[in-house]
Amino acid sequence: MNFIEYLRSDWPAVLNALGEHVRISLVSVGIAIVIAVPLAILLTRHTRPARIVLAVAGVIQTIPGLVMMGIGLLLFGLGRLPAIIVLAAYGLLPILQNTYTGIHEVDSLYTEAARGIGMTGAQILLHVEMPIALPAVMSGIRMSLVYTISWATLAALIGAGGLGDFIWTGLSSYDTNQILAGAIPASLLAIAAGALLDVIQRIVTPRGLKKRKGASA
Amino acid sequence: MTALLTATAEHLAMTAAGVAVATVVGLLFGMLIARHRALATPVLTIADIIQTIPSLALLALLMVAFGLGDNTVIIGLSLYSLLPIIRNTYTGLNSVSPAVREAARGMGMSGTQSLRMVELPLALPMILSGVRIAFVTALGTAVIGVLIGSGGLGYIIYRGIQSLSWSMIIEGTIPVVLLSLLVQYGVEALQKLSKRRRKRHV
Repeated sequence: MNFIEYLRSDWPAVLNALGEHVRISLVSVGIAIVIAVPLAILLTRHTRPARIVLAVAGVIQTIPGLVMMGIGLLLFGLGRLPAIIVLAAYGLLPILQNTYTGIHEVDSLYTEAARGIGMTGAQILLHVEMPIALPAVMSGIRMSLVYTISWATLAALIGAGGLGDFIWTGLSSYDTNQILAGAIPASLLAIAAGALLDVIQRIVTPRGLKKRKGASA
Repeated sequence: MTALLTATAEHLAMTAAGVAVATVVGLLFGMLIARHRALATPVLTIADIIQTIPSLALLALLMVAFGLGDNTVIIGLSLYSLLPIIRNTYTGLNSVSPAVREAARGMGMSGTQSLRMVELPLALPMILSGVRIAFVTALGTAVIGVLIGSGGLGYIIYRGIQSLSWSMIIEGTIPVVLLSLLVQYGVEALQKLSKRRRKRHV
């Protein structure tokens, strides 16, 4: 049976897995945003603990995704919830780093001017710092979403479901059709999510701040 | 202990091979798009798309094409490493000031000489930073190689997961994390060194 025939007979299952994959990824990144953004804002107000937290986050990020899944399995067992906990915990790191750096690097010129015209701390955060940092925050969210879609395929190992199931089953039984049925939609999903977030990032960038993409140092 | 050392050496060798291939290819593409700017967007976009593909999906697709084994993993790692190296080579070469380039030309250097003796050395810290990012990412990605039949630390980690053994998972993970930190700080030190040399010469 070739791949086209396989898809013709099994497309409802693939579509179902795709939907599951999207849901798992969105829920995980949603949780990551809700935790990481406030935490990052808090850290910009306390720079000394911030250094420690960011250093730890940097080390955690070097832990391979497969290991995180293993840790999740040992701590929380099999299932969708353990998978989402691991994905959210891992996905919040880039958002945390980017939000912190974004706000931290807002020129004090702007915040002092804002204070000068009588804005309160909360107003400065909401009307000055957040808009200027938004492109950085969004690029953190983009990274987090693309990574999470990727790691969600690994999370199938601990029972997340989604497209990873096809890849894992395919790999363990050398079934090329199943591998393709999981790997191709997962790749397209990640590429589409990245492209979508690029567009959103361009839209939310304040008009005065549009600049070209630079390299990562 | 010897099994762990062997696995670590295997892991490092596989990663280094992948990143080495990517460095050669990435440098070439980076230099190409720095000269022909019109190619920059398509080349960077393709490299970006490759990097966006989930690692498990990419390795599984490569396995379908190239079969099981270390070589398939090395191909996957080198594909993954392309983006940071191409992008940083391009940015590094672009940030060389036109005045410097013209001075090199004025001294009678050919385009190739100017690239080799002036522009690439000036872009080196940026290029190294691209290699560093690629290397650290590849060390983590190589772990998944176990699923398509490669050795390395992924083997220990995966067996640890299958047998629900904390100690095996930790045993396989610590070398990955240590190697990542070593590469991170080692290359950062190299970057500082090459920046300092640059200051002394200029």
